[in-house]
Amino acid sequence: MSAVSLLAQSLSVCLGRTQALAGVTLELRPGWTAIVGPNGAGKSTLLRALAGLQTLQAGRVLLNGVALTETSPRMQAAQMAWLSQQGETSGDLTVREVVHLGRLPHVGLWGSATSQDEVVVQNAMLQTECAAWQHRRLHELSGGERQRVWLARALAVDAPMLLLDEPTTHLDPPHQVALVRLLKRLAQQGRTVVSVLHDVSLALQADRLVVMKAGRITHEGPHDDPALHLELSAVFDDAVRVERLRERWIAVPVLDH
Amino acid sequence: MSEHDARRRAQLAWSLLLLSAVLWAAGLAAGSEGWSPRDLTALLQGSDAALIVGEIRAPRTLGAWLVGALLGLAGAVAQGLFRNPLADPYLLGSASGASLGVVLVLAAAALTGQGMSMATLDALQRVGLVGAAFVGALLGVGLTLLMGRGTQHTLRLLLAGVVVGVMLSAVGDLVTTSAPEALRGKQAFLLGSTGFLSWGSCAVLASGLLLAAPLAWRLSRLLDALSLGEDSARSLGLALPRARLALIVAMALATGVAVSQAGLIGFVGLVAPHLVRRFAPSPHGYSLLASAGMGGCLLLLSDVLARSLLAPVEVPVGVLTAVLGGSYLLWLLHRRGLA
Repeated sequence: MSAVSLLAQSLSVCLGRTQALAGVTLELRPGWTAIVGPNGAGKSTLLRALAGLQTLQAGRVLLNGVALTETSPRMQAAQMAWLSQQGETSGDLTVREVVHLGRLPHVGLWGSATSQDEVVVQNAMLQTECAAWQHRRLHELSGGERQRVWLARALAVDAPMLLLDEPTTHLDPPHQVALVRLLKRLAQQGRTVVSVLHDVSLALQADRLVVMKAGRITHEGPHDDPALHLELSAVFDDAVRVERLRERWIAVPVLDH
Repeated sequence: MSEHDARRRAQLAWSLLLLSAVLWAAGLAAGSEGWSPRDLTALLQGSDAALIVGEIRAPRTLGAWLVGALLGLAGAVAQGLFRNPLADPYLLGSASGASLGVVLVLAAAALTGQGMSMATLDALQRVGLVGAAFVGALLGVGLTLLMGRGTQHTLRLLLAGVVVGVMLSAVGDLVTTSAPEALRGKQAFLLGSTGFLSWGSCAVLASGLLLAAPLAWRLSRLLDALSLGEDSARSLGLALPRARLALIVAMALATGVAVSQAGLIGFVGLVAPHLVRRFAPSPHGYSLLASAGMGGCLLLLSDVLARSLLAPVEVPVGVLTAVLGGSYLLWLLHRRGLA
């Protein structure tokens, strides 16, 4: 799989009267990048903008050097898979049918799935542990089970870049850990994984972190960067402190103010 | 697809085929004097009854099934497109547009037809009403698309449909206030009727179905993707505005053709997709076609009942579909409330 590069240049987005993004510039490389920041920092808006789903007031996003506005939607979709913060559950599709939709960028509206598509779909369901109940319908599943189906749908695109907005939503600790392992594995394979995460300890397992506040990037750097740890404490109003536990960095809540 | 799902879908498809055949036979046998199965054999023997069956009941029976199929298809498209199980084919202003078209023709005929013979006036009205209803339905949808500024935003489109519906209804009321002669015709149109369906109507209805059904079916995967949300569908590389417009064209075509031939028949487009989902929940590729079959059976059943329940008096078929469909939806709400 060939690596992709994504470059966001001076992105500005207004949501109503709120400046959600104010001149954000960011370059994404292969590996796992986590975007963190307090509520309303503009994390999800940035991810939507990177996916070409957000109307921009200014700036542009370049995929492999070509502006998203000049890339065909289907070609773009095959290059970057996107997972929304809140998946919808209307309709009567089974788990397998939902995951199969991830092949649309490759198969198109009128094409037929090949045996290769079936293999990719099956692998995506195995990776997210939803193959066992692939014939159940979405409205029969719990929130965490549904989240794993959305993830499988994103993985089924088999894209070199994954943009995941809060992928750990509704997941229990074992599945959160399984997801972190999966994202690390995908990054090691040369994919570019970008995820918005609220759980700072999980985010600290990424290769790089982008810290946001009030529509701007305040810091970006590797997970073991001391300056990054200080910035994390600062943007969360000193409510968390980053500490080392064995070989990992974790965020500890500060309760003794 | 699991074996259980495959079995249920096959069972529903065969049931709809069988039910259609039984209802077609019932439609040929049901007359103004109640049930007369012997008329079916008369059709083959060439007696006087053959004329009634061949020229009146047969086109009416086939036409009723086709109108129901068009409404069932349009309802399934509307519910998938707007991701709302309460969406119906008349949502985007087609009903009020068609109604206004009919009222305008009736009012114009009443104002200008003093010098014409009754037969000429009647013929002009028949041709004019069908055309006006069709054009009115398409103009209603066109106006909704214009006010909704295209198909980019579902909610804006829905709101535009509501506003256009209210506005066109108000204009229709204004016209009937100025020309009260049009009121009776408008009332008949609003109740819906399968009584005037001819072989010509059947040809028009079949053409509409042959155009709308393949178009909607080809875009059924888009409806599947939309069930995950608009952003998810867009992230899969689907050109939503263009595909949504094509689906609206299929819906408007199906609704416009059905309304122009049989007036406003409610609940069929709303209930048929619900029944399909209940018996065989499935992706849109299957449910669109099954909803068409279900709509055909529902309207034909209503038509047969309308003809035979109080024979020789005929109950307006729109009243029966409202009673049957409304009862089913109430039962469904009651069950969900209990659940």
